[in-house]
Amino acid sequence: MVPAFEGRRFEKLNDIIERNGRTPSSLIPILQEVQEEYRYLPEEVLTYVATALGLPPSAVFGVATFYAQFSTEPKGRFVIKVCDGTACHVRGADTVHFAVRRAAGLEPGRKTTDDLTFTVEQVNCVGACSMAPVVTVNDRRVYGDMTQKEAAALVERLRKEAEEEPVPTEGAGDGVGTAGERAADGAGGAAG
Amino acid sequence: MTDRRIEDRRELEMLQARLARALETLRPRIIVCEGTGCLAKGAADVRRAFIKELEKRGPGIDLDLALEDPDEVERRREMGVAAVTPSGCQGLCQRGPLVTVEPEGYLYVGVRPDDVPDIVQAVVEGTGPVVRLLSDRDLSQARAADIDFFRPQERRVLAWCGRIRPGDIREYLARGGYSALAKALTEMTPDEVIEEVTAAGLRGRGGAGFPTGKKWRVTRDAEGDKKYVIVNGDEGDPGAFMDRCLLEGDPHRVLEGLIIAAYAVGADEGYAYVRAEYPRAVRLLRRAMAEAERYGLLGEDILGSGFSFRARLKEGAGAFVCGEETALIASIEGRRGMPRPRPPFPAVRGLWGRPTCINNVETLGNVPGLILYGAAAYREVGTDGSPGTKIFALAGQVERTGLIEVPMGSTLRDVIFGAGGGIRGGKEFKAVQIGGPSGGCLTSRHLDLPLDYESLKEAGAMIGSGGLVVLDEDSCMVEVARFFMSFVQSESCGKCVPCREGTRRMLELLTKMTEGTATKADLELLEELAGSVRESALCGLGKSAPNPVLTTLRYFRDEYLAHVTEHRCPAAACLELVSFEIDPEKCIGCGLCAKACPSGAVRQVDRADGTPDGRRRAEGAGDAGPAKKSPAAKGKTRKKRLPYAIDDELCLRCDACRAACPKGAVRRVPRKTVRDRSGAAATTAAGD
Ligand SMILES: Cc1cc2nc3c(=O)[nH]c(=O)nc-3n(C[C@H](O)[C@H](O)[C@H](O)COP(=O)(O)O)c2cc1C
Ligand code: SF4
Ligand code: SF4
Ligand code: FES
Ligand code: FES
Repeated sequence: MVPAFEGRRFEKLNDIIERNGRTPSSLIPILQEVQEEYRYLPEEVLTYVATALGLPPSAVFGVATFYAQFSTEPKGRFVIKVCDGTACHVRGADTVHFAVRRAAGLEPGRKTTDDLTFTVEQVNCVGACSMAPVVTVNDRRVYGDMTQKEAAALVERLRKEAEEEPVPTEGAGDGVGTAGERAADGAGGAAG
Repeated sequence: MTDRRIEDRRELEMLQARLARALETLRPRIIVCEGTGCLAKGAADVRRAFIKELEKRGPGIDLDLALEDPDEVERRREMGVAAVTPSGCQGLCQRGPLVTVEPEGYLYVGVRPDDVPDIVQAVVEGTGPVVRLLSDRDLSQARAADIDFFRPQERRVLAWCGRIRPGDIREYLARGGYSALAKALTEMTPDEVIEEVTAAGLRGRGGAGFPTGKKWRVTRDAEGDKKYVIVNGDEGDPGAFMDRCLLEGDPHRVLEGLIIAAYAVGADEGYAYVRAEYPRAVRLLRRAMAEAERYGLLGEDILGSGFSFRARLKEGAGAFVCGEETALIASIEGRRGMPRPRPPFPAVRGLWGRPTCINNVETLGNVPGLILYGAAAYREVGTDGSPGTKIFALAGQVERTGLIEVPMGSTLRDVIFGAGGGIRGGKEFKAVQIGGPSGGCLTSRHLDLPLDYESLKEAGAMIGSGGLVVLDEDSCMVEVARFFMSFVQSESCGKCVPCREGTRRMLELLTKMTEGTATKADLELLEELAGSVRESALCGLGKSAPNPVLTTLRYFRDEYLAHVTEHRCPAAACLELVSFEIDPEKCIGCGLCAKACPSGAVRQVDRADGTPDGRRRAEGAGDAGPAKKSPAAKGKTRKKRLPYAIDDELCLRCDACRAACPKGAVRRVPRKTVRDRSGAAATTAAGD
């Protein structure tokens, strides 16, 4: 058994598989739930899911790498998505991206900070174009009319949040803006 | 009481009537927009403030549509209180948070929790609108219908979006919801439903404009013991948010359309495929499905008609190409979302090899009204070839952004200068990008072009799903083309060579152009590639990938030529081809630009020679901060602080200084220095 997924976490994985059914068409929903749980798709989990669904591992890896939603690498506690859809692009999304990366302290070529606090990604349209440029945090908080200054301030607020509350608690709902996010973290140190 | 399933049409009508009466008593009603835009601007706090303020005047005001018990509602109303309801997008997202007060229909913009007591007082005492919160602070434009943004609109599919509590089946029923389904199931045969849709001339709103009736006909006629319907809510076009708003504002309408489609084509199972990036839409549609099932409007023997239909929701996983119907099917089946050649079309061989009808969210949102009021009424708006209305997401450099629904055949001028209020900040209109990465860019000479499928096709663009991104004079069309190419290149599924390699090559060429290293031969090659990718790619993504290039080439060839012959960007937008410059006349010497600059390129001008003050200040420049301790600032006769200037060689072209300047003194100009191959800087002839 894989050390990182012993015990409770391993049970959770079985739960997810049972709930969705052991059929190939459940593969994507299963991976979505797993990712919600662990914030990424560890290799061992993919192999396990393949066996459980009776699929060749290559098929599961193929799906996991095809879809942008899935990550086979650990992501930060806060996944900051800077929209670079058309509307955001023409309203200066690049400069916002620059500012977010700088505030998060990311080296060139990196997307996630070493302490796993931040992952910064540039994405295509998050569907809130009327208030471009837009930034989202963990998909559920949406911030519009961003400037470089506000972007930097947002990163600082998140950093503080991470310091004050190192392990996020289970929040409710799909908060947008100021409301609470649904912190999906049963894994604590899943990255380890 | 309402937990009981509705057995037949008569019961449905009785319930609808009862709920409608209860709804009548929910007045006055304060509707707080909780669409994504307004939520991000703090709408949730505003609604909480309303509840609190109203509770001061009476008990438990957030009625949560306590429609089951009209007596209770009536009792509360007599106590002189109002109801508070959240809604989906009310349209004018730019000015959010929005609040509508019914029955008058007053529309308040930019409402903050502090404003709530004033609104409540006006509502409870009936003293008319709060003028300072109206969009134009003008009493004659107190109602949504009176303001310019809504004037060119015809809200049919969006009729209840922004006016009802989204996903609450009771409210949908109170407004006559599911009557169209009842009519179809009890008065019409599936063939008659298809005929009605065909007669109305409804065309798919997902992009291609394919006649919906025809698609339904083919699916119905296809051989197969089992059939499926799918609603496509993958909306991945950058700059588009119509389907999101409809799903978040009135999910039952889309669901009702889906059930009618299932009845028409003979499907007993269906899927809603919704982008995972829209968690709220997913949640609301899921709730709508569960409620419809509880009320017997989904599931076995719907309304006693003998027709049964089950629907499930699948979340997308972040691949744009999955909006393409065959890729979407592959994704539902649990595979990588790659398109396959058509024919066979999904209507013949679709999900798990069975005939499958796939329709867009907005297409299905058109169906209930069409069935209920008939094809003739449907054709009252729109053009002959493109009947009905179209929802557009208006974004970019336009004064008022938001969600609009206009008759097909409205002009771009109606939309951009009417509803949109023209260009932001008094700039010049340059182009509008329509139809996302498969569409094209249109110019000022198209402003009077009617928005319908045929006219746009002629102009080389397409309505697409309905994203409209307005560009002003500061946008470079070569850069815009590069932007879209980079989008399709990264979203190409890689299955076919023309798309995979063609888009990669085109992106390289466009990138060279925006960096000032391309030649005229590159431009010719680009045109050639655009033509061949269009001819030979497998799916719509690849086939339409060249469209943004082709339309910009057609209407902005000069700009391409400037890039490839003079290595100049006329709009001063391509970062490699610009320099940043501070206008010494406008600069007030506050130093905010220097503080923002990550590379220490901005420095205060040296007293003596008016150039950036060299190495001496270089190290400290980054955190120099505003020059607040300047002795000059103390004296009464304040001497103007020395202006700042930018060292072009140190500049990273990050745009931070321009964003930071409170006076707009930082501007972009054609680049002053170019880096030659050895990396050293040299001054170009085109310096100024
Ligand atoms: C690359 C690509 C992406 C697409 N994305 C969407 C989409 O996000 N939503 C949609 O409804 N249709 C999309 N379509 C069109 C669908 O393939 C299909 O034509 C449409 O869902 C049919 O519905 P309609 O006839 O009601 O328009 C896309 C097509 C292509 C080629
Ligand atoms: S055209 Fe592009 S997206 Fe479509 S099948 Fe070919 S490679 Fe995939
Ligand atoms: S564009 Fe960026 S690097 Fe260049 S001067 Fe302005 S702030 Fe500094
Ligand atoms: S383009 Fe950024 S939200 Fe749509
Ligand atoms: S989200 Fe409130 S008006 Fe669009």
